[in-house]
Amino acid sequence: MACIEARGLRKSFGTTIALDGIDLRVEEGRILGLIGPNGAGKTTALNAILGLIPYQGELNVLGRNPWTERNRLMQDACFISDVAVLPRWMRVSQALDYVAGVHPRFDRAKAEGFLTKTTIRHGSRVRELSKGMVTQLHLALVMAIDARLLVLDEPTLGLDILYRKQFYDSLLNDYLDRNRTILVATHQVEEIQHVLTDVMFIDRGRIVFNRSMEEVESRYLEVIVHPEKVAVARALKPMHERQAIGRSVMLFDGAERQQLAALGDLRKPSIADLFVAVLGVCRAIPPARRKE
Amino acid sequence: MNAQANAMAESAVESQVRAPAHIPATRHLYWSVRRELWENRSIYLAPLAAAALFVLGFAISVVRLPGQMRAAAALDPIHQREAIAMPFDIVAGLLMITAMIVGAFYCLDALYGERRDRSTLFWKSLPVSDLTTVLAKTSIPLVILPLVTFAITAVTQFIMLMVSSAVLVGSGQSVATLWSQLSFFRMSLLLLYHLVTVHALWPAPLYAWLLLVSAWARRAPFVWAFLPPLAICYLEKIAFNTAHFLALLQHRLEGSGMEALIVSGTFPMDPMTQLTPGRFLSAPGLWIGLAVTAAFLAAAVRLRRYRGPI
Repeated sequence: MACIEARGLRKSFGTTIALDGIDLRVEEGRILGLIGPNGAGKTTALNAILGLIPYQGELNVLGRNPWTERNRLMQDACFISDVAVLPRWMRVSQALDYVAGVHPRFDRAKAEGFLTKTTIRHGSRVRELSKGMVTQLHLALVMAIDARLLVLDEPTLGLDILYRKQFYDSLLNDYLDRNRTILVATHQVEEIQHVLTDVMFIDRGRIVFNRSMEEVESRYLEVIVHPEKVAVARALKPMHERQAIGRSVMLFDGAERQQLAALGDLRKPSIADLFVAVLGVCRAIPPARRKE
Repeated sequence: MNAQANAMAESAVESQVRAPAHIPATRHLYWSVRRELWENRSIYLAPLAAAALFVLGFAISVVRLPGQMRAAAALDPIHQREAIAMPFDIVAGLLMITAMIVGAFYCLDALYGERRDRSTLFWKSLPVSDLTTVLAKTSIPLVILPLVTFAITAVTQFIMLMVSSAVLVGSGQSVATLWSQLSFFRMSLLLLYHLVTVHALWPAPLYAWLLLVSAWARRAPFVWAFLPPLAICYLEKIAFNTAHFLALLQHRLEGSGMEALIVSGTFPMDPMTQLTPGRFLSAPGLWIGLAVTAAFLAAAVRLRRYRGPI
């Protein structure tokens, strides 16, 4: 069953088009990384999926229309958005009480278990906690909810590297199972790369790249080209070329591995390199032609 | 066969885990109201502080009570009652005004503050509907504050009555006049009636308007709440040289013309007061007001759905 299904999803704010007709299908149990530059439409797409903004087009999340059934959808979906949004006046114990009171799938003991691993005290108010601790608290609340869909929008923004690593580690160790779908939007690509099963690039309101990680690993290869073989390599039409420490690094899509091995050292491209290459390709084509 | 049975058992377990997903709407409402009380402690702290201040002043003034009682004994019953009951009326009025101010400021911030500090994103990540949220916030000025005011006023008046009695007994006077003039039970009943009619049902559209503005405004809800009504009054004055809109607002604010009491102009706890709940409930003004309240609240619910953080 598809967890999220969108057809022709559009959203504009005044004259700015934030989502320009997105088609999307996310199967249950996938971990999809939504990657794009600032202002690409990531947050808009997630907000539409979560029923926070009205949109045009068809959208179905866990069998529901998110805009008209937001409160029912939230029994099975939960989200952490880009900034710390926990109310600053709230005490940790109040947050636990409240979520336990209104959420049918909240396991309070589990949340308390997560909190004991941190230095957060029950009597503290959110405003007294550091930014990292607020995120830990929010994560503890969300991970104790037995949801089918978890949406994270820049969840580690503004956190130091220790907290960021901890965040994804606890996500991996304590939360993942095959029935859960996770959607992560970020532009800090490297740290979620190893978690994902699928990756999607979004630019200027359109999906420009949508592959499973297996596909990415089998199709794309990067070659650090020997200086004397640059011309030969260019003839094979790399999708992207950049200079690194005085040598050409070329990214190939679906080229023969043996053929490339003769040109220089092979390596797996990182998602970040792929992202730069894909965006470079689609931005090189003028928007008028892209429509065709 | 075995694998199939396993799969079936597994799916049965899964559906069992997913099944009990219902929380009754009343529980959502209950927790939403509790959450409002956590955030806005002024709802009970402000009336408590006002009452404490008054009791302190009263306790100091009570040394003059024996003399006052002796003077009051010479008066006719009506004036005697007035003299004795005055501080009790004043404390009730003071707490009512406090509650109105708290209620107005609460409403203006209720749906604006959560968008300004972005916590609306947290509230909306939980399975509580916009309707439940708005109803919970509406219940603060229309249910919770009148109840809080009633409880605190009743307790305060009881303390005052006890202190007065103690002082009178101490000075060797009888407490009979005091107790006969101040029937505590009837006083409390009248107070509750007054709070429900004049402070909740009648001005409900005013509170609903403040909530609507707080759901709508992107900044300065205070200005948006008061500027449009002012503009209408001004426009009406210039265009037609009349002041019907102003009179309308005044009636709502003062509770006059609501026909809850037969003797207008007397204080509600006056024993001469006649309650007229039948006339109050059949007054068209009440029902028009409640209809307007419902319309404002429906608009606020809709706005809360559309409006994101500022």
